[in-house]
Amino acid sequence: MVDVRDPTTVYTADEMMTVTAARHLRNGQVCFVGIGLPSDAANLARLSHAPKVILIYESGTIDTRPEILPLSIGDGELADRADLVVSVPEVFAYWLQAGRVDVGFLTAAQIDRFGNLNSTVIGSYKEPKVRLPGAGGAPEIAASAGEVIVMLRQSQRTFVPAVDFVTSVGFGRAGEGRVDYPGAGPTVVITDLGVLKPHADTHELILAAIHPGVELDKIRETIGWDVKVDDDLVTTDPPTSDELGTLRDLKARTAQAHSR
Amino acid sequence: MAEFVSLRDGIEQLVPDGASVAMEGFTHLIPFAAGHEIIRQEKRDLTLVRMTPDVIYDQLIGTGCARRLVFSWGGNPGVGSLHRFRDAVENGFPSALEIEEHSHAGMAARYVAGASGLPFGVLRAYVGSDLVKYTDVASILCPFTGEELAAVPALNPDVTIIHAQQADRRGNVGLWGITGVQREAVLAATTAIVTVEEIVDELSDHGPNHVILPSWTVTAIASVPRGSHPSYSMGYTKRDNAFYTGWDVISRDRDTFARWIDAFVLSHNGPEGYLAALEDESLLDVVLSG
Repeated sequence: MVDVRDPTTVYTADEMMTVTAARHLRNGQVCFVGIGLPSDAANLARLSHAPKVILIYESGTIDTRPEILPLSIGDGELADRADLVVSVPEVFAYWLQAGRVDVGFLTAAQIDRFGNLNSTVIGSYKEPKVRLPGAGGAPEIAASAGEVIVMLRQSQRTFVPAVDFVTSVGFGRAGEGRVDYPGAGPTVVITDLGVLKPHADTHELILAAIHPGVELDKIRETIGWDVKVDDDLVTTDPPTSDELGTLRDLKARTAQAHSR
Repeated sequence: MAEFVSLRDGIEQLVPDGASVAMEGFTHLIPFAAGHEIIRQEKRDLTLVRMTPDVIYDQLIGTGCARRLVFSWGGNPGVGSLHRFRDAVENGFPSALEIEEHSHAGMAARYVAGASGLPFGVLRAYVGSDLVKYTDVASILCPFTGEELAAVPALNPDVTIIHAQQADRRGNVGLWGITGVQREAVLAATTAIVTVEEIVDELSDHGPNHVILPSWTVTAIASVPRGSHPSYSMGYTKRDNAFYTGWDVISRDRDTFARWIDAFVLSHNGPEGYLAALEDESLLDVVLSG
């Protein structure tokens, strides 16, 4: 068979992950965005199927529509293109804590089978093997956003049976669930290989979708617990050439702007 | 009323060894020039307070100015680790660093309480996080509804240092764009030092998110154009994203870092020398090649 695929639809695992995450954001939702992969995905959503998504960054920039991806959470681009810019105490108190955010978009260094996130330390807190940046806005995003979308590349180091430190709560260390937390917690975890979702009763992350061309063995090798697979496992639709084109244009504009 | 001073005099007279010093600016308007002056004057045993330690505290920690760090997110934004911060926490180099960490929401509430003259701030936060085991946060019941909430102690730094776009000749300070937690940090502090891009006859009007700090809330003002580099001052300078990316290589290695500090900070009397050194492209090559 001759491979007749359009060359523009040959894509990387990171592109598959970003496109999948973008698709989970719905038009008109209010989204609190972390820097890095979440910011890439949120802006791809805004530039494709969700032009009216409202993006909030913790620097206080509200309903911002950046032309290029920010390197930092407080790039001038975010302030220049925002509807309003508020102080940091205000963004956390009036906007996130008060329940005005539908979706929080997070990443972390580690995630466990119950969706708890670690961005604080690898090893013990007092004598860490690796000191990570720390909490930032994540604990309150995880607790207070209506729901949380997590983006993280799969590996034995990142998908662990138990996180070394719960920076941001998912369903608790024992999967006990969301006691007294305002938001619903992680509803979906999007990786470079597939999509996991918490089981409705046990809260354990279950493989719900697998990206095209990825073997189930590869999923198992890169998750540190015996991951269960949904009976209705689906294969993710590959990125369309429109999605890829928009993402690549955005990345190219960004690279050019940041090298200056 | 604010007094106009040189950067050197301001730091020398108002930042004693052992003080708690908050240098704020959320990615934007970070007072780097003031940080460099603290390094030049070899201040010691400082408690450094800042939501996002950023490269500025990497430099202060790496040069041994800090004994303690109070913070909520210690990374190089969009790039990765702060290597000097990590070396201090993981290996005690160049000296041990005590840490007290919060979430952003917690730090912001602490500053608000400090600025409000209250003993603590209250917020719905830290739920389910291991942070509560390691930091100063307590549970409190709402006296009206019985809801369980988090209480965090007020933050009142001895000295707050910020960088702003403008001061007028009467010493009123104006800043705009992303204004972070600067107003709260200034009002919470005993002493406030402001470096500015420009001293003007009248502050520009920049609309509703223009923060004004009246002269009588500020202790000292120093004119330091481009004093926020590699951060930025909206309306004056752009963020030097390439510097932040390049810092990863400079800060990863103890000796390279020491050579950089020597070549770009210690070899100069003030911010003018630092800015001139940035223009000399061969200087960075010398630092990197050892």
